[in-house]
Amino acid sequence: MKQFLIFTKKEFYHIFRDRWTTLILLVLPILMIILFGFGITTEIKNTKFAVYDPSRDVASQGIINKFSTSEYFTLSEYLDSPEQIEKLFQKGKIGLVIVFSEKFHENILHTGEAQVQLILDGTDPNTALTLTNYATQIINLYQQEQKESKNILYQIKSEIKLLYNPTLKGEYNTVPGVMGMVLMLICAMMTSVSIAREKELGTMEVLLVSPMKPIIIILSKVVPYFFLSLINLTTILLLSVFVLKVPIVGSLWLLIFVSLIFIFVALALGLLISSVVEKQMVALLISGMALMMPIILLSGLMFPIENMPIVLQWISNIIPAKWFIIAVKNVMIKGLGIASIINEIIILTSMAVILTAISLKKFKTRLE
Amino acid sequence: MKSITAENIKRNYGKVEALIDISFDVNKGEIFGIIGPDGAGKTTLFRILTTLLLPDSGSATVDGFDVIKDYKSIRKNVGYMPGRFSLYQDLTVEENLKIFASVFETTLEENYHIIKDIYQHIEPFNKRRAAALSGGMKQKLALCCALIHKPSVLFLDEPTTGIDPVSRKELWVMLKNLKQLGITILVSTPYMDEASLCDRIALIQKGKFLNIDSPKNIVEQFQKKMWGIKSKNMSKLLNDLRANPEVNTCYAFGETHHVTLLNEKFTIDNVKKYIENKGHNDVSITEIAPTIEDCFIELAKEK
Repeated sequence: MKQFLIFTKKEFYHIFRDRWTTLILLVLPILMIILFGFGITTEIKNTKFAVYDPSRDVASQGIINKFSTSEYFTLSEYLDSPEQIEKLFQKGKIGLVIVFSEKFHENILHTGEAQVQLILDGTDPNTALTLTNYATQIINLYQQEQKESKNILYQIKSEIKLLYNPTLKGEYNTVPGVMGMVLMLICAMMTSVSIAREKELGTMEVLLVSPMKPIIIILSKVVPYFFLSLINLTTILLLSVFVLKVPIVGSLWLLIFVSLIFIFVALALGLLISSVVEKQMVALLISGMALMMPIILLSGLMFPIENMPIVLQWISNIIPAKWFIIAVKNVMIKGLGIASIINEIIILTSMAVILTAISLKKFKTRLE
Repeated sequence: MKSITAENIKRNYGKVEALIDISFDVNKGEIFGIIGPDGAGKTTLFRILTTLLLPDSGSATVDGFDVIKDYKSIRKNVGYMPGRFSLYQDLTVEENLKIFASVFETTLEENYHIIKDIYQHIEPFNKRRAAALSGGMKQKLALCCALIHKPSVLFLDEPTTGIDPVSRKELWVMLKNLKQLGITILVSTPYMDEASLCDRIALIQKGKFLNIDSPKNIVEQFQKKMWGIKSKNMSKLLNDLRANPEVNTCYAFGETHHVTLLNEKFTIDNVKKYIENKGHNDVSITEIAPTIEDCFIELAKEK
């Protein structure tokens, strides 16, 4: 026990005496979440929109007013014909076009139904999706107000059309994605590099020729990074709630519970990498290329998994971050309970158990 | 009981034969030197004896424990200092000592008397990080760390490589003192002049032991007369001597060339004439006692 405590302390010395390690561990997560987070939020405010409105009546004007007074949209221009729409998008100056049907107000009064079409640029799925949500909200709000003030029952159907990427699916990805990335980075990369460093500098050689048990060596490597990732988890959640205004809708404890399981998976992966490599650089490259790249590409962080070729979809199943991101979305964004993520919990737990077992078995008690 | 025994140890790295049939034993409380050039197999042998590598064939024991089956017992009882400086560079002298004390389940205070003499050299730098120590200081610290649990056998892989002559001397004095405490020491070095400081030595080349004996006996076993030859133009002298078919060996050793002759019929007077005919001035020839290095070269040539 004393050995373990001294070794844990030693590991913290290693971390905090190297300026770059400290910076990477504590500042990088903050930078990442802020960059990824604000990269999306700033774009979404004050999006320019254009209107094609052949009816020009009370109802359509009312909706346009609602849009231009909201903080999300700014009215750019009225269009004379639907043909102009495509050109506007190609210039890239607007994010949304609202198309009203003819005789909009009349339709509402007579049939109780009218149609609005929302056209968006689908090449940036995240932005398009958020804009769609905002726009439908605004239309619903208008509808609600009309219902209350004039007591007329009617329905405005908003039809959404995404240009360039019509099958877009996805959700608010940033926070869950960055959480997955940062935790994987800290736990897997740092653990594997720190063990590889002992091998490279020859200290592992001395530790092996001693009565110290391998399990203590491993645990003392894992525990510091476990604590650091808890700190990171806290900063990420605080930043996303207070700076990015992404609320934690579901249970905070459930969210932390899932994150802990994921941290264990990442630590076990780091151990596994370190058991096969001898050099820090190799450990860094493997965790960088073999872990980070698939996480970024296959976890649904950047691209919706549903749009990928079927083979890649299969492969994405072995990426722990994919399951973690799904679970975080369900709990944090959608506010669902434990029942909704029971599958993810089981998958992540079994990954943690299997990976730990393999890496403990693979730990070499000799030099080869 | 022997401290270390090794029988017919073989070890290959792929197709490279690192150790070919190594057998020897070390008595308790002995300073045993493994002397040989870089790449001779010294480190591989150390790693097998410290249970870090498995031999391809053959067997070895340390302190009576088998290096393969009882490796855990060996790891409790030996001290090992690898050839490369293998402490934590970003930790201070004191922190390194404390960590290695805890690795061996002991404390600095408990075995202070063993490391005292060595530790006194580095104690003033207690708060300095290991990376900022000089080469000699680093070795002293590493030696302290390897000794902190009062090992019965101490393995030192090239402890004097890369440090200054004064520190080298100090280190050997320290080893003599450790011997007084009853610690068996297996030490390797590429410096032949350090061989005489060991109780017994093994000369190793290309994975084979050339000879195992006390340094004195090894020198005495040297059959031929050894001549030290000097002249004004030393490099021409070397070439001229080597060109003579009657000259067995001729090597440059500092100020003189060490020369042996093939047989005694061709006397040293003939050599003198030969050299003077080649136009050398200020020729001096004296009979000298062979060194370990001379023996090594001779033995290596025979094999």
